[in-house]
Amino acid sequence: MGIAFSQYFRLLKHEMTLEFKNRQALTSLLVYSLATIFISYLSYRQKLDPVSWNALFWIIMLFAATNAIARSFLQESRGLQLYHYTLLEPSLVILAKTSYNIILLAFLGFSNLFVFSVFFELPVQDFLQFLIGLLLGSFGLSAVLTLVSGLVSRAQSTAALVAILGFPLLFPLLITIIKFSYNAIEGNSWAVNQPNLVLLIALNSIIVALSYLLFPYLWRE
Amino acid sequence: MGFLGEVPRMPILNETIRNLYFHVTMWMAMLVLMLYNAFYGILYLNKSNLYYDLVAEESGRMAMVFGAAGLITGMIWANYTWGAPWVNDPQLNGTAASLLIYAAYFILRNAVQDETKRARLAAVYGIFAFVMMIVFIMVLPKMADSLHPGKGGNPGFNKYDLDANMRMVFYPAVIGWTLLGAWLTSLRIRIRLIENKNNEQ
Repeated sequence: MGIAFSQYFRLLKHEMTLEFKNRQALTSLLVYSLATIFISYLSYRQKLDPVSWNALFWIIMLFAATNAIARSFLQESRGLQLYHYTLLEPSLVILAKTSYNIILLAFLGFSNLFVFSVFFELPVQDFLQFLIGLLLGSFGLSAVLTLVSGLVSRAQSTAALVAILGFPLLFPLLITIIKFSYNAIEGNSWAVNQPNLVLLIALNSIIVALSYLLFPYLWRE
Repeated sequence: MGFLGEVPRMPILNETIRNLYFHVTMWMAMLVLMLYNAFYGILYLNKSNLYYDLVAEESGRMAMVFGAAGLITGMIWANYTWGAPWVNDPQLNGTAASLLIYAAYFILRNAVQDETKRARLAAVYGIFAFVMMIVFIMVLPKMADSLHPGKGGNPGFNKYDLDANMRMVFYPAVIGWTLLGAWLTSLRIRIRLIENKNNEQ
């Protein structure tokens, strides 16, 4: 158990070091979301009502997430994957990658929120609730897309397949998260939002459990 | 019996209630076939026998056929009772999404050349897709208002309007459509096995 933990943290650290060494990738992600938000601002040119604000925000998050996570397995060289393969438990690899992507996506989400609030007036009334929704949403998006990215890297296919395979799987999660954050925007109380919160947590745990169980089958060549 | 049998005369529904024998029952056949798809996916991951993958693929294909048929009959029904073929109903959206998921499943299958790898990747995706689909068409509609019976304050069918006469057709129809699906799937599987044999020679 102790070894597993230290391996897990080492993998997580490894991912972060890689990201930090290659800052270009992170910058390109930030510029990508910035450009998307700016395009939507130019196309709307007016104050958004809460429904559209919410939908637009999550759609941009979805595309940013796909872009960010699609490369998580694809960027690795075959040699490195073989090296990991000989040394590590596959379930640890997927957990470490998922956790790293959650951190990355939460960071992207916060920066998106900031840029969004600059261009579009912030309609959020219950800010804490919205942030929790943002974290839970990043969690689910990363977990699904990381597994799909692993799958696609095994299929030796392009990143476009990540979107094709990932989007239908994300429908239930996205619908719930949009409902949840809409309640937060409207400033509804926790009691109103509780079923959505429970469903989100349940969905996230199901997704993580499934990728923990299924990833080892993808891993062996 | 399905077309001529005595059915309760309900306002709005009227004779369209006979669609229950087609729409609902095809849906159930689709669910059984999708369950097959996921189940044989798990079997394949454990045993690595390509036959299991063949069963999984063909049941997935037949599930899509039944899903599309159920969707079309449902849309015809909705056109007469709810006034439009497509209303913003969580169950409708859910089934459209699950058909998309299975379309993606076949795209994945076509993207991979190697047989065993294709089988493994498809099995993993199929299991994941099945769980998500169950969440989508079983859990989410219960949480939102739906026009379907038994949800969002609408009374369920079995409470009063599924009378004894209708049950006499409904239950055999469920079994019949499911068996028809299983039979068609088994035909496809046998054709594929013969094709494989011919290719080897």
